[in-house]
Amino acid sequence: MHDLIQYVVSYLKPNVDTTPGVAGNFFWAFVYILLVFVGLSIAVIAMNWLERKILAHMQVRLGPMRVGPHGLLQPIADALKLLLKEDIMPAQADALVFWIAPFIVVLAAFTVFVVVPFGPTHAITDMNIGILFMLGVSSLSVLGIVTAGWASNSHYPLIGALRSSAQMVSYEVAMGFAVVSAVLMTSLNASGTGTLSMIGIVQAQQQQGEWFIFKFFPLGLIAFFIFAVAMVAETNRAPFDLPEAESELTAGFHTEYSGFRWSLFFLAEYSAMIAVSSIAVTLWLGGWLRPFPHWLSGGVWDFVFSVFPGLTFLFLAGMCFYNTARMPKHPYFRIQTMGLAGFGFLLALIGLLLFIPQVSSRIQDIYWFCVKVAGFMYLYIWYRGTFPRYRFDQLMKVGWKVLLPVGMGVLILTASVGLLQTTWHR
Amino acid sequence: MAPVATPFFFYLLSGMMLIGGILVITRRNPVHSALALIVALLCQAGIYLMLYAPFVAAVQIILYAGGIMVLFLFVIMLVSIERTMKERQFNRQWLLGIVAAGALGGLFIAVYSRGQQIFPNRALPVAETQNTQTVGTMLYGQYMFAFEIASLLLLVAIIGAVVMAKKRI
Repeated sequence: MHDLIQYVVSYLKPNVDTTPGVAGNFFWAFVYILLVFVGLSIAVIAMNWLERKILAHMQVRLGPMRVGPHGLLQPIADALKLLLKEDIMPAQADALVFWIAPFIVVLAAFTVFVVVPFGPTHAITDMNIGILFMLGVSSLSVLGIVTAGWASNSHYPLIGALRSSAQMVSYEVAMGFAVVSAVLMTSLNASGTGTLSMIGIVQAQQQQGEWFIFKFFPLGLIAFFIFAVAMVAETNRAPFDLPEAESELTAGFHTEYSGFRWSLFFLAEYSAMIAVSSIAVTLWLGGWLRPFPHWLSGGVWDFVFSVFPGLTFLFLAGMCFYNTARMPKHPYFRIQTMGLAGFGFLLALIGLLLFIPQVSSRIQDIYWFCVKVAGFMYLYIWYRGTFPRYRFDQLMKVGWKVLLPVGMGVLILTASVGLLQTTWHR
Repeated sequence: MAPVATPFFFYLLSGMMLIGGILVITRRNPVHSALALIVALLCQAGIYLMLYAPFVAAVQIILYAGGIMVLFLFVIMLVSIERTMKERQFNRQWLLGIVAAGALGGLFIAVYSRGQQIFPNRALPVAETQNTQTVGTMLYGQYMFAFEIASLLLLVAIIGAVVMAKKRI
């Protein structure tokens, strides 16, 4: 019993410097898996609400307003509706494949989070092949999409599946070149060997004192741009959402899916978006590092940046209180007003908790990682609100004739500049 | 940390791989065959992991399960299922089949009985955490020439595919 407690407590010590997976601590690995899973689910729910609200405001609408104050409970209502909906399987569908397909997509989308580094110690595990693992497993999700489209035994889903497979295979190539040029940059150190581990990549940026997006300006920026375009195509989002183009294919590969199975596709799409965004953040935007770790270093700046997490939550709480005061005074809205005030209190409590130095020093890296990923999530919504959908031949043209050659050029230039730099210093 | 490469996982992975392989050739529906092949390939990636070759395992997943199998499915889906269901599944070349199976079985028996003397019983030369780096330095150092020749072969295949697919270039 005592050993068991020791085993559990050993990972809580402040001087822990590895992830639970690397330390071989099964208990904490399991806790982290649960935390990541819950966090992801909450993020997907929040994304659902935010996307509808932000898109609505971009189009000068109000968006969901009925369920809860400002439609805050709308995602929960949606989830309930989806769970209670009838689960239909088309008569001529291939039952087994139809049944398996959503699970392939969800498994692929969630498994990649095993190596996502939320902080130097906050990842489920660290692998020697981290980035390859992420790219490989996330590329498996296309199998689920293709089989879903085929198993529905219907025309629109089949066309959607074929489009999606062609699209994802072609953009994976450009994506690979961008990733390789970032991985090359990790090898610019004394020993001359790089790393593929997600944590190692961020540590390399920390050592070299700059995020890879600014490295060898503008090479890092171009590679990042290629990845940022390719990742939108990889996740089948607007403006590259041809596999589910509503105007042409009703809903593309998931036309025949309903209820719970459809919600699995939805969940997988959003967690895949978070996964590719976290690859981009890890490779180019310094992962968990706070802004300007070298330029604005020192105790004062450390303190200034350490209060950000708490301030964010206090700001959200303030928004809640402001809107509580603005709620209609009619007795019909009393419960909603009380709920919103309670939510505000909860946020304020979390915010105050984050001001404790011990907590904030341990949580800070997670906060910066999540903020950067959230920026990408906003970009996704923004793209959807602004860009018109590409035609399929235009999509292929962008992938093969623009992104791929530019990516190859950036890779070659990065290698040459890196080689010049290392020989210069020797 | 306790090693994960236990016999249990080996038997699990190889058993799933065998079942997948058998399903590939026995299923009448080509899409089911392709899915079974994906299972077999993923199990093979797991066996590479057990051999402490994480880089090869990752490349196996990216290239075979993620890339090539998608193209397989892409082509299979355009084929009419009703026609392929009626087609004969196996060629009647049982003589050749028996010879091949006998040769393979003989090889297996030989490896099983004399494997300890034939194969070197050495520990892994490099640490698992250095696997990718070692593969990289070997490919671009010691085996540079062979690597370049292999890539040239692939280039020839690509050009051949373009020539065959396009009527006018």
